Parts: sequence; C-alpha cells; structure tokens
Amino acid sequence: MIATLAIILSFQLVGEVASRALDLPLPGPVVGLLLLVGTCIARPALADRIRPTTMGLLQHLSLFFVPAGVGIVAHWELLRDHGLGLALALAGSTVLAIGAGALAFTAVARLAGSEDPTAIKGRGDE
Amino acid sequence: MSDPLLIWSYLSEGPLLWLTATLVAYLIGDAAFRASKRKSWANPVMIAIILLALMLLVTGTDYATYFEGAQFVHFMLGPATVALGLPLYDNLPRVRKAAWPMLAGLLVGSSVAVVSALAIAKSLGIQGSVLASLAPKSTTAPVAIGIAERLGGQPTLTAALVLLTGIFGAIIVTPLLDALRVTDWRARGFSVGVAAHGIGTARAFQVNETAGAFSGIGMGLNAVLTAIIAPVALRLFGG
Repeated sequence: MIATLAIILSFQLVGEVASRALDLPLPGPVVGLLLLVGTCIARPALADRIRPTTMGLLQHLSLFFVPAGVGIVAHWELLRDHGLGLALALAGSTVLAIGAGALAFTAVARLAGSEDPTAIKGRGDE
Repeated sequence: MSDPLLIWSYLSEGPLLWLTATLVAYLIGDAAFRASKRKSWANPVMIAIILLALMLLVTGTDYATYFEGAQFVHFMLGPATVALGLPLYDNLPRVRKAAWPMLAGLLVGSSVAVVSALAIAKSLGIQGSVLASLAPKSTTAPVAIGIAERLGGQPTLTAALVLLTGIFGAIIVTPLLDALRVTDWRARGFSVGVAAHGIGTARAFQVNETAGAFSGIGMGLNAVLTAIIAPVALRLFGG
C-alpha cells in the first residue's frame, strides 16, 4: 500500500512540475494520469503491482470531494441571492448535457460500427 | 475530571476532530447509500456534506477551521486523479475502439453544458460575474476555477457551482439514461464524466468499472475543451 502510494504521488509530483515548467493547460494531476498510462503501456508489470491499492482508492473517490463540498455551505448567501436562476441553470444544463452527450455517443457508435457488446448494461444491473 | 470546555478548545484547534468527522460522515453516507440498495439519490457525498454542515452550524465552527482538519482528505483528490490512469490503461482496447463516439459525445456534451447553462441563467436575469462563474461548472474544480478567473468570474462561487453540478449529475444520471434507454456503459460513463466531472465519475465507478474508466476520460477531455468553449460562449451571451 505504501509503495503504491509513493508511486502515485511520484507521478503527481512529476505531473505538477511538468505542468508548471511547460505552462501546460492541464493541471498537474491530469498530466500525472497521462504519464501513468504511458508508463503502464511501456511496463505492464507496474499496472499489476499498483492495481489492488489503486482500485481501492477509486472505490472511495466520493470521499475526497467532501471537504470542498462543505464549502458550499460557506458560500450559502451568495448562492441564495441568485438561487432560482442558478438552480434551474445547473439542473437544466446538466440534464441536457448528459442526455445529449450519451445519445451522440451511441448514435456515432452505431454509425461507425464501433459498438461494444461486452459493455452493455444488463436487465439485472443497477 | 477536566473542564469540558478545555477539552473542546483543545479539539477545536487541531485537525483531529474535523478529520475524524469527515471520515465518519462519509462512512455514514456510504452506509446509507448501501442501505438504499445503492440508489443514486442516496449520494454519499451529499449526505456527508449535509451532516458536516449541520455539525459546523451546531458547534459554531467556521469553514476555515473545518478545512484545517479536512485538508488531508482534500489533498487525496490529486493522487485519486492520477489513479484514474489505471482503469484508463485497463480499458485501452475499448477506448481505441471508441474514438469517434467519444469525440461526438465530447463535442455535444461539452457545448450543451456551457451554452444551455448560460442561456437558462441569462433568461432568468443572471449576468456579469455570476454568469462568468457559471460557464465552466461542468469542468473539474481546479480547471473550472482557472477558467472562471480568466473570464472575470468569482472563483469561490465557481467551486460551489462545480460541486453542486457534480452532485446533481451523479444523482440524475441513472434514471435519466434509463429513461432514454442508453444501455452502453461507455456512453453512460462518458457523458456523466463530461457533464459532472469527478463526482459523476465517482458515481460511475460505483456502478460499473468500464463506465468509470470512460467517465474519467470524459472529465479529462472536457477540462481541455471547456477552456476553449467557455470564453466564446460567454461572449455570445454578452457576459
């Protein structure tokens, strides 16, 4: 677990340095993500080594958003002032974006013949 | 026995109390999520935030004090983002096969997210810096804040709007895409990653690993595209 954490933090560190040094439009952790994928392609053994701890970390991805989320409360007055407009804009645009994005994806998958029968939601799934 | 007020003043100064509270609130949220048979409305992030907000209110603690303790959990967002590289690697054959559908889903999802949010807000009388704060709300928080600053928005308002968008997207995605009969896990994950960033991706991972991998890709690609689309759309709406 500690070894995996050290590996992941090292990728983040290199990503942060690269993002700042090269003035990239992507934040450091995203650069670290890309570097991790590249390294796993070059050395597949790394993927197997970090898999247990990494997948455990991702199972609880929600947890890491909680501290920033509590910040919503700190900005409550600001949000309340424009409450209705912001709520409708957020809710409406999110529904439209998810729906339109998913339909565009499946329509083009059908057109391009790149459907994937191994990635279909079954009747019993959530 | 020592004065309870002394114990409280000790606890309220160090990170121990709010770090513990954050983990416990999340575990309660997660337990409620499981007890609801993993229904999306029992979102563990939302439950934990409500519990912690009530605790802050009752104890009269301000957010800065809370964050002193919770920052250790917050810090893990960075490593968790790097960790998204592993499911991406594991799904590479699938990802290569889905290049065109992803491009379509990205262009449509990203532009609809920005344009429809600005159109609805503008028609309800929102303008100026609040409109600029709203434009990048589907993007992952660090990128959204950077975009909002460049557009003349308010970074803290953007952060709150980003999180609310993520929670709403994570709650709505399952019933919405069931109603639209979208059964492709790749499309389900990808679209929620584009529209509802990391919180949407966390929801996708709870349901299906392929959906989670595609959601992570959608989130990453949208971070780049929104940086380009948001300024153009905002000018269009005269923000």
